[in-house]
Amino acid sequence: MTMPLGHIIILPIVLPLFVGAVLLLFRDQNKVAKAVATGATMAALIVVSIVLLFLTGAGADNGWLGVYLLGNWSPIFGIVLVADRTAAVMLTLTSVLGAAAMIFASARWNGAGPHFHSLFLFLIVGVNGAFLTGDLFNLFVFFEIMLAASYGLLLHASTVAKVRSGLHYIAINLVASFIFLIGVSLIYGVTGTLNMAELAMRAPEIADADRMLFEVGAAVLGTAFLIKAGMWPLCFWLPSAYSAAVSPVAAIFAILSKVGIYVVWRMSLLIFGLETGPSAGLAQNWLLIGGLVTLVFGSVGVLASQSLARLTSYAVIVSSGTMLVSIGIGGVEVAAGAFYYMVGSTLALAALFMLVELIERGRMAGADVLAVTMEAFGFEDEDALPDEEEVGIPIPGKLALLGISFIACALLIAGMPPFSGFIAKFAILTGIIGINAGETGVPIAGADWVAVALLIISGLAVLIAMLRGGINTFWATREDMTPTIGVVEIVPITMLIGACLALTIFAGPAMGYFEAAAAELHNPVAYVDGVVSSTWVPYPGRGALP
Amino acid sequence: MELILAIGIGVLAGSGVWLILRPRSFQVIIGLSLLSYAVNLFIFAMGRLGLGLPPVVDPNVPMDSSTFTDPLPQALILTAIVIGFAMTALFLVVLIVARGLTGTDHVDGREPGQ
Repeated sequence: MTMPLGHIIILPIVLPLFVGAVLLLFRDQNKVAKAVATGATMAALIVVSIVLLFLTGAGADNGWLGVYLLGNWSPIFGIVLVADRTAAVMLTLTSVLGAAAMIFASARWNGAGPHFHSLFLFLIVGVNGAFLTGDLFNLFVFFEIMLAASYGLLLHASTVAKVRSGLHYIAINLVASFIFLIGVSLIYGVTGTLNMAELAMRAPEIADADRMLFEVGAAVLGTAFLIKAGMWPLCFWLPSAYSAAVSPVAAIFAILSKVGIYVVWRMSLLIFGLETGPSAGLAQNWLLIGGLVTLVFGSVGVLASQSLARLTSYAVIVSSGTMLVSIGIGGVEVAAGAFYYMVGSTLALAALFMLVELIERGRMAGADVLAVTMEAFGFEDEDALPDEEEVGIPIPGKLALLGISFIACALLIAGMPPFSGFIAKFAILTGIIGINAGETGVPIAGADWVAVALLIISGLAVLIAMLRGGINTFWATREDMTPTIGVVEIVPITMLIGACLALTIFAGPAMGYFEAAAAELHNPVAYVDGVVSSTWVPYPGRGALP
Repeated sequence: MELILAIGIGVLAGSGVWLILRPRSFQVIIGLSLLSYAVNLFIFAMGRLGLGLPPVVDPNVPMDSSTFTDPLPQALILTAIVIGFAMTALFLVVLIVARGLTGTDHVDGREPGQ
């Protein structure tokens, strides 16, 4: 790393780690000071990730590739961190999401259990590390940091429901970690390296006798990530865990499933990309099929959900399914659209998780169940007849704000105009249709048509489910409606929706960036060369080591 | 040696998986521990197996992979043991909390038929 700004790559990991560790030393009663410290860290992380965004985006075709050699070892022996456009986008997404969730939590949730802020920052460490790391074993380590923090956060403000779903969540993720290790060790046994760039170089040269073992290793590894990403049939833990967590935690969990997606994406393109010979495109069909089934499962789940929190959890699965379908189909155009979709939908899902808590606050328990069962069994609302004397009712300002945010989230997640969700889905669909028919004149494959249909239908399902939930929530005749909401709780939601709005307004430049990132992912030569050719810095006055 | 190690890993993994699928949370945690042993041994086997070889490269001898044990899997196992142990301990705590809150050691937090 020659440029002095290069050290910025390590900051997204070191900064929250350090602050989180220091905060452990102070008593939990200093809630305000801790919240301020965490908020400042998240703000700094936003700045750092935006700087990285500009750094990696600079240059026309091949942007700046940040390679950071930890401990100044050469990349063959040591551990590397790699920052490219994709990583920069994911880091920015994480820090914006983290900041919003942190602001939201500072209203009340950070006091509901011990060491909320430290756990939160450690989660950020794990997520950022997983995005930046350049070798498989550290991916495991950062995954475990992320998961350990997420266990603590899921159990935050323990209730029976949280402990019950937490038990399943931990057991499943522990098994997933073991599967991860089996995959890593199989790959190491065959190739003798864990560095992802070197792995990409060696993958085409594997002897035929060992190739099967290598592919099995990669498939086992992929299974571990797909458990986190929530691909059907590995996603049954997800709805209960996400809907049991307190809302700011659920909001930040929205990024966890995207970490799984990100790793599958990067690994499949890096190691099984175009130039890797016999193993190229391994399991891409399985990702497509899995994604399609996940879409169906998520859509059915969304429609069947009887509470808004559960509905949002199933929307996370729909979002994962859309991403998996896009990865399975492949192609730079589809990937660019999928990227755009991932950023927009993650922000919107997080906003919705927080919004749901505000909406549910002050509602009578079981109102959602009643609303759905009333519809299903055709029960009439008892006081459905309008009161003749009342001409219009005053709409409380807070409720209007909640309603508008809810509509914005619904449109974003379902992929309806005018928000970024629509542009993203449109980009994915044109990518799929154009990929075969446009240039080559080859008819579009049947699976692609199924994908197109399911992508549209899943959007419709989300829209129907959210409309129903919204009508039953906001148009219901209830006296005790106006919930008590602090400013710090509505600000992060508007912040996230505002980010989506900005993504819509600046769709041109954003899409350009995502296209460049997708092209970079699909052509990993620059990545591999950048990592392998990076050299350690000579020590001042000592020259080369012996 | 290969056969013994393979049988050992297989037995550990098999019993671990069977125990994880049991309905009582204590059985699950023992299953997870057994599975972690199996996985650690598996990582070990994925570096080459050798008897009495040091995990150190002698700079005076030309590089020959049969004269030393691959040190990397050992480092990996060390990390994996630490992490796996910590996670199991954490799981144990959650298990005890679940037992206390729900009054049963069934993994679903309630007895079947309840």
